[in-house]
Amino acid sequence: MATPIVEVNHVTMRFNLAKEKTDTIKEYCLKLMRGQLHFDEFFALKNVSFSIQPGEAVALIGKNGSGKSTMLKVIAGVMYPSKGQVTVRGSIAPLIELGAGFDMDLTARENIYLNGAVMGMDRAFMNQHFDEIVEFSELQEFVDVPVKNYSSGMISRLGFAIATVVRADILVVDEILAVGDFKFQEKCKAKMRELLEGGTTLLFVSHNGDQVKELCSRAIWLNHGVVMEDGPADVVYDKYAAMMEQS
Amino acid sequence: MTNWKEMPAWQHLQKYRPLLYELVVRDLKVKYRRSFLGYLWSLLNPLLMMAVMSFVFSYIFRYDIENYPLYLICGQTLWGFFNESTNMAMYSVLQNGSLIKKVYIPKFIFPMSRVFSSFVTMSFSLGAILIVMLVTRAPLHWQLLLFPLPLILLLLFAMGVSMVLSSLSVYFRDVTHLYSVVTLAWMYVTPVFYPVSALPDEVAWVLKLNPMYYYLDNFRQLVLYGSLPTAKSWCICLLCSGVALAVGLAVFRKLQRNFILYL
Repeated sequence: MATPIVEVNHVTMRFNLAKEKTDTIKEYCLKLMRGQLHFDEFFALKNVSFSIQPGEAVALIGKNGSGKSTMLKVIAGVMYPSKGQVTVRGSIAPLIELGAGFDMDLTARENIYLNGAVMGMDRAFMNQHFDEIVEFSELQEFVDVPVKNYSSGMISRLGFAIATVVRADILVVDEILAVGDFKFQEKCKAKMRELLEGGTTLLFVSHNGDQVKELCSRAIWLNHGVVMEDGPADVVYDKYAAMMEQS
Repeated sequence: MTNWKEMPAWQHLQKYRPLLYELVVRDLKVKYRRSFLGYLWSLLNPLLMMAVMSFVFSYIFRYDIENYPLYLICGQTLWGFFNESTNMAMYSVLQNGSLIKKVYIPKFIFPMSRVFSSFVTMSFSLGAILIVMLVTRAPLHWQLLLFPLPLILLLLFAMGVSMVLSSLSVYFRDVTHLYSVVTLAWMYVTPVFYPVSALPDEVAWVLKLNPMYYYLDNFRQLVLYGSLPTAKSWCICLLCSGVALAVGLAVFRKLQRNFILYL
């Protein structure tokens, strides 16, 4: 077996839910002195372990608040796990909330370079792929319009086009197919399939069973921060769906 | 292949240099977007400010300084840069919260880019200093050519201060309010518009503790008086910059791990 591209080892993510938010120094000091700094502990992930091979397409499923997004954030390097460790051997293109890195005052043209740079790509690279991005997002007429005048669909189209052109080793996708019209969804799926065939690893979060079964070969079911099942996508999804119907 | 999240800082900087560049360009573009005169404002603003202030301080409060307009604009440019860069950098992490929550980026890039973009704006303002020098027929000494040195030292100092401010303000928003008072007080203990001799002897020691005084003084020595600052004052500048940068990086490094929980 090849070395896994993503290794998650006994990852625990603990949040301190402050009962009241302590935002000011005065409050903080006062509470510290009175010994009133109480926190409720909340475990978003409890001792989660799995590994992903290069080229695999894995879905993370589970109901809201089960720790899927936290898991993605830990893998993407945005959050540090409280315990355990995550090893990622390759570059990551996060498609978490498309257009997160856009500056609304800048035009699409300027945002393409900015967003590319967020993913570590320089101008030369973005110049090479500029036309490809514009074409995929179908925004030819609007390249020089500030992004704040765009519709949400247009923003996600642009965000998706930029993130997929970067050709990262791992694509992390968090429920982004929920936005956009049917035609765009199909286009995105086709693009993701194309990347998968090219050897990209996919990590996919979705509540849509059809999409999960269509794109992914494997699924990991998280419930309250614990891995319930890990196996073939259709089997695991059906178990998850059955469980959801019962409750 | 090693884990890319654990790359050393300089390697990070290498990989994200395009981002740093794009962020600086963005700041500059957004700053003057939709204004007719655009970048010309970087030149005009200091000139107009200087005109107003030299009127006030030449006719209302009189100071006995030779070539007061030049004295003033030198101080104002450097102080303005420090003030603008640290203030903008202070909000940099907070304002980019949405990005930090979604994509992995080395976070020190945000305060850094703000300081750099302020520095670029200030470089335009140096044109205003040159204009004042020509208009007031100030003598041009060869020492003038050393002017980038105090500016670069000040850049490093501002960078250190910005690192502390931008990371602390994530945890305690009070820092932003507090700092506006601090800068006001700091400006008054910095000889921006008054001569050092205007301070009564009892409070003159305050100046000696103020790093900004040394940067301003060195710059003026070179530009205004055509003399070389003493080795001692260079050393003080170097020391202040070094300490600020070291403390800034250490604080930022320690605090950045949990930024995401407070953004």
